[in-house]
Amino acid sequence: MPANRFNGFTEYGVGIGLRIPHYQHIFEKKPVVDWFEIISENYMVDGGRPLQVLDQILDQYRVVQHGVSMYFGSAQPLSREHLKRLKTLVRRTNTPWLSDHLCWGSVDGRYTHDLLPIPYTWEAVKVTAKRIRQVQDYLEIPIVVENVSSYAEYHESEMAEWEFLNEVVEAADCGILLDVNNIYVSSQNHSFDPLTYVNSVPSWRVAQIHIAGHSKYRKYILDTHDHPVIDPVWSLYARAIERCGPTATLLEWDDNIPSFDEVHAEALKANRYLKRATVPNLPPGALNKVREHPLETR
Amino acid sequence: MTLLELQRRMAEAVMLPLTRTDTMQQKARNGRSMMAEAAAFIKPNDRLTSFERLEIYNRQYWFRIISAFAEDFPGLGAVVGQAAFEKLTRAYLTDCPSQSFTLRNLGSRLETWLLEHPQYAGKRLELALDVVRLEWAYIESFDNATERALTIADLGQLDGESQLSLQPHLRLLHLLDAVDDFVIDVHRRQASQGVASNAVTSAKHLRSRRLPASLKRGDIYLGVHRYENAVYYKRLEREEYLLLRALDAGSTLGEALDQAFTSSPLPEDQRPARVQAWFANWAELGWFCRHKTAAARRTARKRVN
Ligand SMILES: [Fe+2]
Repeated sequence: MPANRFNGFTEYGVGIGLRIPHYQHIFEKKPVVDWFEIISENYMVDGGRPLQVLDQILDQYRVVQHGVSMYFGSAQPLSREHLKRLKTLVRRTNTPWLSDHLCWGSVDGRYTHDLLPIPYTWEAVKVTAKRIRQVQDYLEIPIVVENVSSYAEYHESEMAEWEFLNEVVEAADCGILLDVNNIYVSSQNHSFDPLTYVNSVPSWRVAQIHIAGHSKYRKYILDTHDHPVIDPVWSLYARAIERCGPTATLLEWDDNIPSFDEVHAEALKANRYLKRATVPNLPPGALNKVREHPLETR
Repeated sequence: MTLLELQRRMAEAVMLPLTRTDTMQQKARNGRSMMAEAAAFIKPNDRLTSFERLEIYNRQYWFRIISAFAEDFPGLGAVVGQAAFEKLTRAYLTDCPSQSFTLRNLGSRLETWLLEHPQYAGKRLELALDVVRLEWAYIESFDNATERALTIADLGQLDGESQLSLQPHLRLLHLLDAVDDFVIDVHRRQASQGVASNAVTSAKHLRSRRLPASLKRGDIYLGVHRYENAVYYKRLEREEYLLLRALDAGSTLGEALDQAFTSSPLPEDQRPARVQAWFANWAELGWFCRHKTAAARRTARKRVN
C-alpha cells in the first residue's frame, strides 16, 4: 500500500539494508537513498560504536527497523527484557513501523538464531497472533510480519502457508512485509504456485515488500541473500505491486556484499514497476478496519 | 502434538551436533534413529526425505553459530590451532547453546567452560584462558554502556569512606602472558563483516593467525576500556589494578588503598603522588561513575543476556 496504517501512513520508496561494508561509502559520499532498513538486534546494545553509527545515519536518512529474533511463533511467553531493549531502540530511531518474521526460533531459553517455520495449525494461529498483539501493544507502533523461506513442512499443518499468514494477520490485526523472494524459494521447495500465494495476500495489509537473491542447489533453494534478484522474483514483485499499489520496497543483500552502488542500483530496478503502479481500489473501510476481540472468535 | 512439543522436538534435532563431515547424525541423543525422528514430524517431498529436509536446518544452525564464534575468538583459534579450535568450538556450543537473542553473547560462558574442560586447550591452557578473557573483555567493552563520568573535580570531593563504580565498559584483567599485542594484531586484521541477518550462513573457512614463536610470560595487568568508541587495552601497574579491582568490588577508597599496597615494594613516601597521578589519568579516561550498589550492578549486567 502506498500509505496505510500498517506502515504509519508513509510513502518510503526504495531502500536497502544498512550493512557494515557500506558504512564508509555512506558517510563519505552521502548518497541519496530513500531509506535504510536496519537489523534491530545489531543496535540493541547499551553503547559504543553501533549506536554512534546509527545516530549518524539517523541524522541524514529515514530508517526502518527489521528484527530477526522476536520469534512471533514461539510457543512460550515473550521476553520482557527483549521488549524493553527494543522499545529503547524504537524511541531512538522513530521507526514508522517495525517488522519481524512469521517464524519461531527459541524454546526453553535456548536460541537457534534461525528463522524456523511454524506448523500451520489453528493453535499456532492463536499463539502467534497473541504474541504479535502483545508486541504491538507494548511498542505502540504498527507491527508488520514477514513470510520466511522454508525448507521443510510439518505433518501437523492444517492449512497452506498463505492461509496461515492470512489467519494470523487477521487475528492480530497487523501488517505484512511481503517477501516475494521467500515466496519463490518456498514455492520451489514445496512445489506450489507462487502466484497463488501473492494473489491470496490481503493487499491492504501489505506495508512493505522485500526482494532478494538466493542460491539454487540440485534439490532445493536456499535463501542466501547473496545474488541479484532473478526474473521470476521480479515477476512476482510486479504482480504484488499491481495488487498493492506502489509499496515501500527493500532489497536484502547480506553475504558476498558488492559495492554500495551495485546494491543500490539493483534495488532501484524496483522503480520500473513502482513508477507505473496505480493505487488500487481498497475494500471499504480497509484503512481503518479494526476487528474486536478477534482471538475470542475462534 | 502441541506447538510446544513440536518446537522442543525440532530444536533438539536442529541443535544435535553434526558428524565430522558436517552431515546430520544417524542417531539422536537418546539413541533413537534420526531417520524415524525426522519422519515423525517432517513431511518428505519428491526430492528430499524427511531426514534430508531436517538436515538443512541442522547444518544451517551449526554453520551460523560456528562462524559467529570464530569471528569472536580468532586469537583463541591461533593459540590452540585450527583443528583443535574446531573441536573446541563444537564441544563448547554443544554444552553451552545460546541463551540470548543476540549472537554477541555466544562466548559469555567460554572461560568457565574451558576451566572445566581443559583438555580442549591442549598444552597451552593458561595461554588459551588469557586470550579468552581478553577476547571476551573486548566484546563487553565494545558495546557496554558508558555512564556519566565523574570529573576530576568530583573526585576531589572523595574521602576514605567514599565508594566508586567503574564504567560498565571497563574490564580489569590479570593475565599471565603478554598476549595483548598479539590479540590486538589478530583483531586488527580481522575483516569486520559481522552482521546479524536473516540469510543462510554458508560453512566459511576459518582462517587462523599464527602465534608468535615466544610470548613473554609474567603478570600483566590490563584495563580493557572504550574511549571515543574505540576499544583499548591499557597496561596497568599492579597496585593500580588492585586498587581498581577493590573499588569495583565495593570497597571504600580507604579499604581499597590498603588492599592495593599490601605487599607493595613501592616506597611509602612515593605512594600519594602515584595514586594522584592514577586518579588524574582515570578521570581523563572517564573510568569512574557514581557509585551503584552491587545489586544494581548485577541487574544492569543481567540486562545484557
Ligand atoms: Fe526478507
